[in-house]
Amino acid sequence: MIRLNGWSAIVILAAIGIFLAYGGARALGEVGFWTLVTGSEWYPTIAAPRFGFVPLLIGSAAVTITAIFLSMPVSLAAAVFISEFANKRFKEVAKSIIEFMAAVPSVVYGLIGIAVVVPWVKEAFNLDSGLNAMSGAIVLAFMIAPTIVSISEDALHAVPNDLRQGSLALGNTRWQTTYKVVLPSASSGVLAAVMLGMGRAIGETMAVLMLTGNAARIPGSLFESVRTITGTIAAEMGNVVQGGLHQSVLFTLGLVLFAITFLINLVADLVLEKQRRRWRR
Amino acid sequence: MNRIKRARTVQTVAVAITGAAAAFIIAAALFLFVYIVVRGAPAISWEFLTDVPRKQMKEGGILPAIVGTLALTLGTAAFALPIGVAAGIYLSEYAPRGRSTRLIRLAISNMAGVPSIVYGLFGLALFVILLDLGKSILAGALTLACLTLPVIITATEEALRQIPSDLRQASLALGATRWRTIYRIVLPAAAPGIVTGSILGLSRAAGETAPILFTAAVYYKRQMPDSVFADVMVLPYHIFILATQVTGRPDDIIWGTALVLVGGVTAISVAAATWRSIQRRKVRW
Repeated sequence: MIRLNGWSAIVILAAIGIFLAYGGARALGEVGFWTLVTGSEWYPTIAAPRFGFVPLLIGSAAVTITAIFLSMPVSLAAAVFISEFANKRFKEVAKSIIEFMAAVPSVVYGLIGIAVVVPWVKEAFNLDSGLNAMSGAIVLAFMIAPTIVSISEDALHAVPNDLRQGSLALGNTRWQTTYKVVLPSASSGVLAAVMLGMGRAIGETMAVLMLTGNAARIPGSLFESVRTITGTIAAEMGNVVQGGLHQSVLFTLGLVLFAITFLINLVADLVLEKQRRRWRR
Repeated sequence: MNRIKRARTVQTVAVAITGAAAAFIIAAALFLFVYIVVRGAPAISWEFLTDVPRKQMKEGGILPAIVGTLALTLGTAAFALPIGVAAGIYLSEYAPRGRSTRLIRLAISNMAGVPSIVYGLFGLALFVILLDLGKSILAGALTLACLTLPVIITATEEALRQIPSDLRQASLALGATRWRTIYRIVLPAAAPGIVTGSILGLSRAAGETAPILFTAAVYYKRQMPDSVFADVMVLPYHIFILATQVTGRPDDIIWGTALVLVGGVTAISVAAATWRSIQRRKVRW
């Protein structure tokens, strides 16, 4: 009985894949997987609808990659400081504040984005509208910072103290120790942290939906409106005919999203597990 | 000598830069908190918390959304707690070391990274359509329970692992069965950790919007839910609707709602964490 519950995670994970594929079966049969993922136009509601995922995939990629670029340097530097240089008191306070940041609901990030970031982006880059990929990416960068900081801090913290002491005893400064000994030892964990942050960014829905302007076409720059995979599902699923083709296409889109995040998370988890084993011994 | 001096300078600069990065993130989090409080506080009143929305949601209160969020969260707890705690017990106390357990652990951490909108689609396909529960508290709670499960499993397992094995061995030596040992000795000792971890997970679920978009949340509803098959207004969805769909944005109502949501979630989390640290201080192994 209790064993059955132990397996629940595997059961649910498998069920998610099965039900998304089941929901998408009609689209996969009628339109075809290849046509969906390579189609460059997304006009789901016109008389002869066109379901091409490419604009949405590019939208998601643009927002996610920009967010990672913005978030990674600051988050990693913060993790290094918290793990290597901060005293115990600062560490504890910083951790609980960052935990608060992770607990703020995504709609609230979206709301603050509308109130603060969108007007700023409009002003700073001299645009007609601040609802674009850049605004979404800036807010996402803050949303994924707690993930990257806490997981890479864990990875740095897991490096045994012997290594640090050995390096310091050889006359290195603490920064040299961090840069040449600790960071290389923790590099795979840090990489996993960035990957998990990326997984979160791709899957983030509400804030992105509220901030990117949601035009489903291939953008020419980061300052144009984009529509992400998640935003499309959230915006359109409420208005489709039950059992219709459009609904089925959205399930397929969900399946593609699930596959992407599944792979990213799997690789990151395997990397983290390997590293954990290395230090256990 | 020169090299040493340079290394020291580099060290000072590096500490300053990384310290500035840490300060920046902490400042952002504090800004978030202060901004929500400052903008939301003027809206908070007894009427706001206990009245229904009026005039196309531009006036009145948010009581139905508060009730809906509470109902959904309690429903989530009802499904996720038994399964999650049982799974945590299995992993900590029963699971053999080996491939299958490794697979389960991988599945749990992978589940934690599945996007919330994917849970929403899953809930729509399974609970709303196939099981024909419709858009309802029940369907929404089941969906959120799937999303919360990994957090509860991990919290339970970690709490159980912190109980020293002396306790288990002493109980077993007295002739207690394995299950009795877990039920009477290990679980009570681990309870603070399990409860706190679960509350943190549930409070996350309370703030989710994407999973309940198609499974529970409704735009506007005056009457309170009368059964688990009713759809409900919820706080996060209400914020989304007010911010994006209602023309002539009623700013103070939006920020008031955000403050109620963030404040409620934070207050419960802080209370739970404080309770845990008090309990920990009481018992020392």
